[in-house]
Amino acid sequence: MSGVASFLTRRRGGKAWHWTDIVTWVWLIGGLVIMFGPAIWLTASSFKSPAQLAEFPPTVLPYVNKQVTVEGHEKPLNLFTVKMADGTTRQLAEVRRIGIVAQMIDPANPGEVIKINIAERVPVRELGLATENYVTPLQQNDFLLYLRNSVFVTFAATIITLLTNSMAAFALSKYKFPGRDLVLLIIVGTLMVPLSVVLVPLYSVVNAVGLFDSLWGIILPTVATPTGVFLLRQYMLTIPDELLDAARMDNATEWQIYWRIVLPLAAPALAVLAIFSVVWRWNDFLWPLVVLSRKELYTLQVGLNTYAGELNVQWHYILAMTVVTMIPVVLVFVFLQKFITSGIAGSGLK
Amino acid sequence: MGQISLQGIQRSYGALKVLHGIDLEIADGEFVVLVGPSGCGKSTLLRLIAGLDSPTGGRISINGTDVTKVSAAARGLAMVFQSYALYPHMTVRQNLAFGLENIRLPKAEIESLTAEAARMLEIEAYLDRRPGQLSGGQKQRVAIGRAVVRNPTAFLLDEPLSNLDAELRISTRAEIAALHKRLATTMIYVTHDQIEAMTLADRFVVMRSGKIEQVGKPLDLYNHPANLFVAGFIGAPRMNLIETVISEVAAHSVTVTGPGGLAVAVPVDGSALKAGDRVTLGVRPHDLAASEDKGMAVNVSLVEALGPETVVHAAMADGQKLVAVLSGQGARSSSGNLRFSMEGAKLHLFDSQGQRVPDLQDSNR
Repeated sequence: MSGVASFLTRRRGGKAWHWTDIVTWVWLIGGLVIMFGPAIWLTASSFKSPAQLAEFPPTVLPYVNKQVTVEGHEKPLNLFTVKMADGTTRQLAEVRRIGIVAQMIDPANPGEVIKINIAERVPVRELGLATENYVTPLQQNDFLLYLRNSVFVTFAATIITLLTNSMAAFALSKYKFPGRDLVLLIIVGTLMVPLSVVLVPLYSVVNAVGLFDSLWGIILPTVATPTGVFLLRQYMLTIPDELLDAARMDNATEWQIYWRIVLPLAAPALAVLAIFSVVWRWNDFLWPLVVLSRKELYTLQVGLNTYAGELNVQWHYILAMTVVTMIPVVLVFVFLQKFITSGIAGSGLK
Repeated sequence: MGQISLQGIQRSYGALKVLHGIDLEIADGEFVVLVGPSGCGKSTLLRLIAGLDSPTGGRISINGTDVTKVSAAARGLAMVFQSYALYPHMTVRQNLAFGLENIRLPKAEIESLTAEAARMLEIEAYLDRRPGQLSGGQKQRVAIGRAVVRNPTAFLLDEPLSNLDAELRISTRAEIAALHKRLATTMIYVTHDQIEAMTLADRFVVMRSGKIEQVGKPLDLYNHPANLFVAGFIGAPRMNLIETVISEVAAHSVTVTGPGGLAVAVPVDGSALKAGDRVTLGVRPHDLAASEDKGMAVNVSLVEALGPETVVHAAMADGQKLVAVLSGQGARSSSGNLRFSMEGAKLHLFDSQGQRVPDLQDSNR
């Protein structure tokens, strides 16, 4: 602990504050707020009820109305702080509400019903989570199905990406053939073509081969990534050719060289590409939106979109499911950040 | 059986010709060393024999079968690489077994073969380690073990000792020699270290710029270098090559003269030469002797006392540099003038083309 404390209080000017100390603190705290603020607000808001979301000014933390169980009433009743006609304040539970008048009872004396104007009362609130934001979409609105679709698409696409890209990279890094550099140049050149440019022709192709409205229609067009081929090729160039020659002397076929020598040795680069691929495929929105039309095939990102209707946006569900979709990506970053940084440093890509 | 024959092997990379027609016959069980300066094509030749590369011309046959178009795997050879090329993600045991697994030997047989090779090379203790956890010498043993375990028709070794420190190099060299003796398998060994070459070789192939300069037993090459290149390449320190002029051609000798009072009769067959021809006189540093009064006058520039011998760097009257290795710790500790004498029978004479002037035939003696 003392180590952490001395680290945090370390100053450039020794005992005194140097102006760079102040700038550093302001900069770092500012950065923390800018980067973590939205994520924390999102997570906190995902536990708010629709009414609370619409409140102004907004609160950071989610609150729920305090409830009490009163004898003679099956359901727990909401508790309010009420300003009585004589100027005193009491905590009463609401039995029912008719127009602007609420029938309320004192939990200590459930027999007597008091009629209160709703303007005279303020709900008693406590920190609490509106978990139904999560439960309802997952149980009733097919979100578990969307989750399953997303997981399937992500994993299938990642495995095929790793396999095909590593084969291409192996050929481009370890074999000499005419036009090799041209092929590489073309592959890397496709990095400059954004999806929106090829969206329509790609749609025609997918439609023509009968992959429209199927999960394979989102998986297959995305598996050949120029980034992946380039990243793996650069890594495979560092594997010495002598190893391949040694394997050839050891009677290995070219396939065995790829599978048993090159692939295991390229594991760090494959890990990086796997992370990238998972994040890309998980976050894909536009292409799945174009290809998928049946609701039971929706991925999470497309499913989220269904909550934003023309007339009514169900913010509480959108927020909650956004948190759900964020979790895998965050976990990937938390546990594999070492690989990600090395991958970005190694390839200059992100 | 491991008889290898190369006929007119050529290899070029685009316009660059690396090998200009190599002819070589290697007998079964022979230890052949390819030596030459870097870039002379010796490693390329080894890769061609291995089948890792294919020649642009010529024929390679093993045991009489033409294998020029046969893949590396099917040639039944084993290679030890300069960088060892051990598979870093496999344990030593897996490294040894990899080649055997690829030819689908039964598991039990793989086990017994690897165990035997491990025992022979004394690497049993670290069979379950990965190459990264081994020292250079241990890696070298594993690399050799990986070759031995497959029981090849011939071993190809590409500068296998160059990554070891001096001490380890000497002991590993002895082990390779012992291994060759025990296995009696053909070995082709590429090196640029002539001590390795001299100590290991049954036969010695000196290469330069893609051509074979001379083939022979190590001492034959040392004693009778065929040309200036071989003369200068073999032997350390290098042979002194002195530009001289023939003053007289006799029946059984050629007399050459040079600056500093150099005049010596070399017993060679000088029938193709005449007085006045420019020739090069080769003298091994060990064949020079210091003398008080006779011989050629030189100016000593540096004396290195090594203990058992003394290396003297000197310049002749016309500036040509000489190195002499004098035995013992003679009192030549300072620079100054000195005379070197030499014995005619130990000298080498090369004509203006750089070719050795033929030795005297027995009948002429």
